[in-house]
Amino acid sequence: MNNNPKDGNLDFLNGDEAVAYGARLCRPQVIAVYPITPQTIVVEKISEFVANNEMTCEYIHVESEHSAMCAAMGASLVGARAFTATSSQGLAYMHEMLHYVSGSRFPIVMMNANRTLAAPWNIFGDQRDSLSQRDTGWIQAYVENGQEALDMIIQAYAIAEDDRVYTPVMVNLDGFVNTHTFELVHIPAQEEVDAFLPPFKSRNAVDFHHPRSFCMTASTEWNMEFRYQQQEAMDRARGVIAEVDKGFGDRFGRYYGGMVEEIRCEDAEVVLVGMGSVVGTSRIVVDRLREKGFKVGLVKLRFYRPFPREYFKGLSRRVKAMGVIDRDISFGYEGAVASDIKSALAGAGAVPKVINFIAGIAGRDITKENIEGMYDKLFNFARGKDEKEMQFIGLRW
Amino acid sequence: MAKPKIVKFRFPESLEEMPLGPSAAAGILTEPNSGWRVQRPVLDHSKCSGCLLCWVLCPEGVIDKSKGDLEIDMNYCKGCGLCAHECPKKAIQMIREGEDEQ
Amino acid sequence: MVKAKDLTDQEYLYGHKACPGCGLGTIGRLALKILGERTIVALPASCMSTVTTIYPQMNYSVPSLTMAFAGTAALLTGMSAGLKAQGITDAYVLGMAGDGGTADIGLQALSGAVERGDDFIYICYDNEAYMNTGVQRSSLTPIGAHTTNSPAGTASYGKEKAKKNLFEIMIAHRIPYAATASSAYPYDFMNKMEKTKRIKGPKFIHIMCPCPTGWGFASDLTVEIGKLAVETGLWYLAEYENGKVKMNVVPKNLKPVEEYLKKQRRFRHLTAENIQMVQEHRDSEWRLIREKWLSSLKS
Repeated sequence: MNNNPKDGNLDFLNGDEAVAYGARLCRPQVIAVYPITPQTIVVEKISEFVANNEMTCEYIHVESEHSAMCAAMGASLVGARAFTATSSQGLAYMHEMLHYVSGSRFPIVMMNANRTLAAPWNIFGDQRDSLSQRDTGWIQAYVENGQEALDMIIQAYAIAEDDRVYTPVMVNLDGFVNTHTFELVHIPAQEEVDAFLPPFKSRNAVDFHHPRSFCMTASTEWNMEFRYQQQEAMDRARGVIAEVDKGFGDRFGRYYGGMVEEIRCEDAEVVLVGMGSVVGTSRIVVDRLREKGFKVGLVKLRFYRPFPREYFKGLSRRVKAMGVIDRDISFGYEGAVASDIKSALAGAGAVPKVINFIAGIAGRDITKENIEGMYDKLFNFARGKDEKEMQFIGLRW
Repeated sequence: MAKPKIVKFRFPESLEEMPLGPSAAAGILTEPNSGWRVQRPVLDHSKCSGCLLCWVLCPEGVIDKSKGDLEIDMNYCKGCGLCAHECPKKAIQMIREGEDEQ
Repeated sequence: MVKAKDLTDQEYLYGHKACPGCGLGTIGRLALKILGERTIVALPASCMSTVTTIYPQMNYSVPSLTMAFAGTAALLTGMSAGLKAQGITDAYVLGMAGDGGTADIGLQALSGAVERGDDFIYICYDNEAYMNTGVQRSSLTPIGAHTTNSPAGTASYGKEKAKKNLFEIMIAHRIPYAATASSAYPYDFMNKMEKTKRIKGPKFIHIMCPCPTGWGFASDLTVEIGKLAVETGLWYLAEYENGKVKMNVVPKNLKPVEEYLKKQRRFRHLTAENIQMVQEHRDSEWRLIREKWLSSLKS
């Protein structure tokens, strides 16, 4: 990671606060939010900004998450930049509207605090909530720490509002581990963000001079063409993500590598793939194992949708075994991330061995020992020993 | 123009011509509703007092008050008969489609 | 007071595919004539949206958005906030939702939006069932009505629960303006729409929209049926403003409910006993109305 920030204050913030600052810097015109642990600090911090005139926006205390997305959509429809945030049950509650917003091509940005879904009840972090929204047509980014959270809110608007994209973006933080952990975060200067992210001039909004009917019925004769168009926009988003990452790095001094960041993979025999805060823990394990001479690498998957299929095809030719950490499971099959990676590999020719590690469910820590254990198993597997293709890590028995 | 007219709609002929997102120009008509009718209104101007109750009530808005005597757009009249039923002067008669006016 | 000759010739809702004689056409046309072309319309899943936005034929000439069923009022909230944030003060946001989309699935969003005091006009056009999907029962279906999922049969006389009172629910929110109306009383409706233009905050109009197809009467009787509803006291025209309720029409003597019921196929199965029950229900409602809102008038 580069550590040359241009301008901006350094402050001690938790992930939620970093998101609130990131949102403030983007000058959203309408924020419609409903509180849910562990996103509540985002909601509260923004309302403090508004109450103290440190932020100018229409702040709507919606009465449910479904209404939060409806209101955000209404704002975007009339040409305003909209922001919302949620987690877990709230994300599930607005599920219908996620499809609606992406299908309507409104470039809304939403922060999601990754938290498991009931039942049974639990407020702690895993990625079951956002991964189960995989097919809703939202671009999904996963951040590792508070700095990245702040930065990705800004980048999310740049990506969403790009003429080639017009697709809503979800920025995911791991519940509690990211949202409530305090770190030093650079807050960019408002003028720099204004230069990077100009005011929103929507191409998809009400114009009284050229009135349109939005979200009309598209029959069997026309519906598939609209869906094809959505898919094309997601495909174009790949290039835009890389451009925005570079543009952000050039201006603010922090480059994140676009859709994927590789850590010590150049000559790696085995790699682990992870999303979110687990990557931060894994970096330390990789360095330790490397000191002992093990050729291990780490892949930080930053964007789950669009999915970097070509990258994984390429990676598969370079390594002997790949472990995919899934903080989720699609019951009846396997982890969602592993599924998508394995399907990317299917067209690659020589396919490395893959173990899907189900870990970190509902806030269960993924420890450094757990991660070392995963690398052990990958080496075993690469050497022809038996390993189950899907394993729960950290169970009691 | 007070009422949209029927147009021959030009559908997008490529992906590039599709609108950004599922939206379509407002106020576009592509086909008449006249085929729905089994009866149609006939207005006797000599009995009409110009009260405009029919114009207010018509669910389709096909009665035109802009030209003095009321005119009815038969492209979009569905023949519901509300105007005839409510006219205080009984100035409108509903006759079956295909029959001559009396 | 609105005069027809002064109203615009512009038709902002034209050529739609609603059933002949349907009140929604009258309601949509007149509402938009009053509000004008700088109006954005939110339409949830309903007849009002389905018959008016079939690509490429778009029957609204003003901007509109067809909305997910539960979220009309929340969409209005967002639109209103978005306009305000951009300093646009000369446009109206209008929601037109059915009885199901308002009193059932849409009630939470409506309550939230009204509590917040957001600036919008909300019309609940009430055809007393989920008509667009084939006449299924809603909470605004009146007692005794046959619907396809609360049918009359040997063990049931149709909907066995009374109509939810949305007007009073809105009053309980202390909304700036609420009214009941009917497509059979178009001038009353238009006067109420005029009023909404001058009031800031949420405005709610609950307008009865008789449905020839779903209620079972000939398409030319929409106004006659609508008037009978008021004359028998099964619907009333009233307004709530500044903490007071004003009844716009107070029938001297309420007609027997049978006059209204027998003209509609959806009530044809009712026995004399059922009809008596409907009448008693009406009477008890009107005792409350007289107590609450008409006590200053001689009964």
